[in-house]
Amino acid sequence: MTTTSGIQDVPVNGTVGEPFVDSAKLSMRNVNVFYGEKQAIFDVSLDIGSNEVIAMIGPSGCGKSTFLRCLNRMNDTIEGCRVVGSLNLEGEDIYGAKLDVVPLRARVGIVFQKPNPFPKSIYENVAYGAKIHGLVSKRTELDEIVETSLQKAGLWNEVKDRLDAPGTGLSGGQQQRLCIARTIAVSPEVILMDEPCSALDPIATAKIEELIAELSENYTIAIVTHSMQQAARVSNRTAYFHLGKLIEVNETEKVFTNPDHQLTEAYITGRFG
Amino acid sequence: MSKSTSSTIELVNKNLKKRYRAEKRFRAYGILSIGFGLLCLVVLFTDIIGKGHGAFTAHYVQIEVTLNASTLDIRDATDPEQLALADYQGVVKEALRTRFPEVTGRSDRRSLYALVSNSAGFAVQDILKADPTKLGSTVSLWVLVDDDVDTYAKSRDDAEPFIGRLSEKQIEWVETLIASGEIKSRFNRILFTNGDSREPEMAGIRGALLGSLYTLLVTLVLSFPIGVAAAMYLEEYAPKNRFTDFIEVNINNLAAVPSIIFGLLGLAIFINFFEMPRSLPLVGGLVLTLMTLPTIIISSRAAIKSVPPSIRQAAYGLGASKMQVILHHVLPLAMPGMLTGAIIGMAQALGETAPLLMIGMVAFIVDLPGSITDPATVLPVQIYLWSDSPERAFTERTSGAIMVLLGFLILMNTVAVLLRRKLERRW
Ligand SMILES: Nc1ncnc2c1ncn2[C@@H]1O[C@H](COP(=O)(O)OP(=O)(O)O)[C@@H](O)[C@H]1O
Ligand SMILES: [Mg+2]
Repeated sequence: MTTTSGIQDVPVNGTVGEPFVDSAKLSMRNVNVFYGEKQAIFDVSLDIGSNEVIAMIGPSGCGKSTFLRCLNRMNDTIEGCRVVGSLNLEGEDIYGAKLDVVPLRARVGIVFQKPNPFPKSIYENVAYGAKIHGLVSKRTELDEIVETSLQKAGLWNEVKDRLDAPGTGLSGGQQQRLCIARTIAVSPEVILMDEPCSALDPIATAKIEELIAELSENYTIAIVTHSMQQAARVSNRTAYFHLGKLIEVNETEKVFTNPDHQLTEAYITGRFG
Repeated sequence: MSKSTSSTIELVNKNLKKRYRAEKRFRAYGILSIGFGLLCLVVLFTDIIGKGHGAFTAHYVQIEVTLNASTLDIRDATDPEQLALADYQGVVKEALRTRFPEVTGRSDRRSLYALVSNSAGFAVQDILKADPTKLGSTVSLWVLVDDDVDTYAKSRDDAEPFIGRLSEKQIEWVETLIASGEIKSRFNRILFTNGDSREPEMAGIRGALLGSLYTLLVTLVLSFPIGVAAAMYLEEYAPKNRFTDFIEVNINNLAAVPSIIFGLLGLAIFINFFEMPRSLPLVGGLVLTLMTLPTIIISSRAAIKSVPPSIRQAAYGLGASKMQVILHHVLPLAMPGMLTGAIIGMAQALGETAPLLMIGMVAFIVDLPGSITDPATVLPVQIYLWSDSPERAFTERTSGAIMVLLGFLILMNTVAVLLRRKLERRW
């Protein structure tokens, strides 16, 4: 088992480590995801605890984004994508017939890889979610939501004088924080982040990481990242994906110092990626 | 190793000149074709403007008309019936006789009367109608000259002035009147206030302009919403299967169908089956709707497709419903593209002749249409009709009408470009 190819040939049977927690916010069992005929996720079972930050790492194409998108059914918008298995948000079946995706996505927000503010004003960007969900009835309430959301996202001081300026005119890092503000404006319980820093420079990345640490006090966060340092810095637990399978889930510190699985070890020591 | 690199560089350098030459040639082809296009445009415009600019002016003659009650055969100027039937042409003739007392023979007099347009009588009538107390007084007024006189006056400085049916005597009188300042060239308001007429000097494009306006209005009101809705359904809702593929192929085919086919279709459906009257802007608009729909659907779909998926994802991620995503994000972002497509479709429709001929919008209509259900013709058809008339004055008006049509087309395309610039947002 010294060569990389040797490691990749190791058969994977189930997940090692501790994929399950006691008070799970999200609980997934035997999840399989298909794009048409092609299977992208194989039998993944995982719990995400309340107010924890879980990092998902793994080589590109291993299905991290696909799995993340299952958690608020963003996969519904992809033609030909099929999800089987059981996914629960506090006991409610996410893919159940009774569940409405509109409130689901208000409860489980998502931040994308590339900052994607609407081509509207900063104010409108943050206010949009609250408006469509009818969270407010008065303009002053909306103003308040916009302000607190921008404050929580650490953007308020930079934009408070130009709320009417287009959101697309901000810098990349500011745009990403605007997207985070937009997501938390609808007071979600869970925030999904799909490589939120991969399009940003190191300084902007540091700001977002700080923000994640602050947000973790109030929100459950699942973050996909290709940066192991980032996973080590921001997360409590780390899940390692490999070719659509969940290989290992453990305390972050353990994953990066003493992983249970050889594949995890090979990945974090940079033998493939 | 170093030998091989130096020889590579030599090879590259040797080829460099050739590459630059090819590049220059490539650019030259482009410049050449643009130059050719511009040349054609310049030739076209000089020809049309050269022929058509005269249409915007007309010659008027000043006459001193005595509103003689007995000549007019009016006893009571307040009676509208008497006013309507009065012999206005008579007092105009009288005025001409007074101006040229030396003209005595019957046929000479008749050719003298022929200098003035038939419309002179209406000008006199208008004066009396406005103020019946003028009866018996003498008024001085400018009336249109006959179209042959107008054409002669416009061309008398040319090497070969246009004579037409004018006799030598008539030319002599005209020259006298021009010399004394009694015939003058003025802006031709008639062109913009009148409908069509058999008399070239009385013919205007207002009827055709209104007809075009009503027709386009019907076309826009129908084709834009239908086109946008169809595009939206096909892009956002339609399942991807054989049936929608079939629809897609056929929309693209329809865009390439010659417009006269749509005219035949309109004739069969609207006129023969639904028994709508001919020549109506309403029917014309329906036919042009059929014709422009594919264009609008195709450009709207392209506009919808060009909305970045990241924007949709952002909205879905916040919990927007499909309709909210479409109404709040996709449509506003696609709107500039859709409007541009619609305006270009309208510009096509504005210039369309063939399908309208099929549904009878080619009739000779003097009255100005007041609504979409009044018989009318449209600008390009008017041009077609006038270009068929033998009178020189109509040739001039044909080019004048073409200039107006081109003006509208340029205006619409400019609006399309400006609109796109103004509404376009970057992300
Ligand atoms: N929209 C899609 N359609 C088809 N296949 C997809 C789609 N998105 C992802 N995949 C496939 O699913 C697998 C996992 O992709 P993804 O979840 O994006 O990986 P990661 O985010 O870990 O890089 C890949 O093999 C990819 O090719
Ligand atoms: Mg990904």
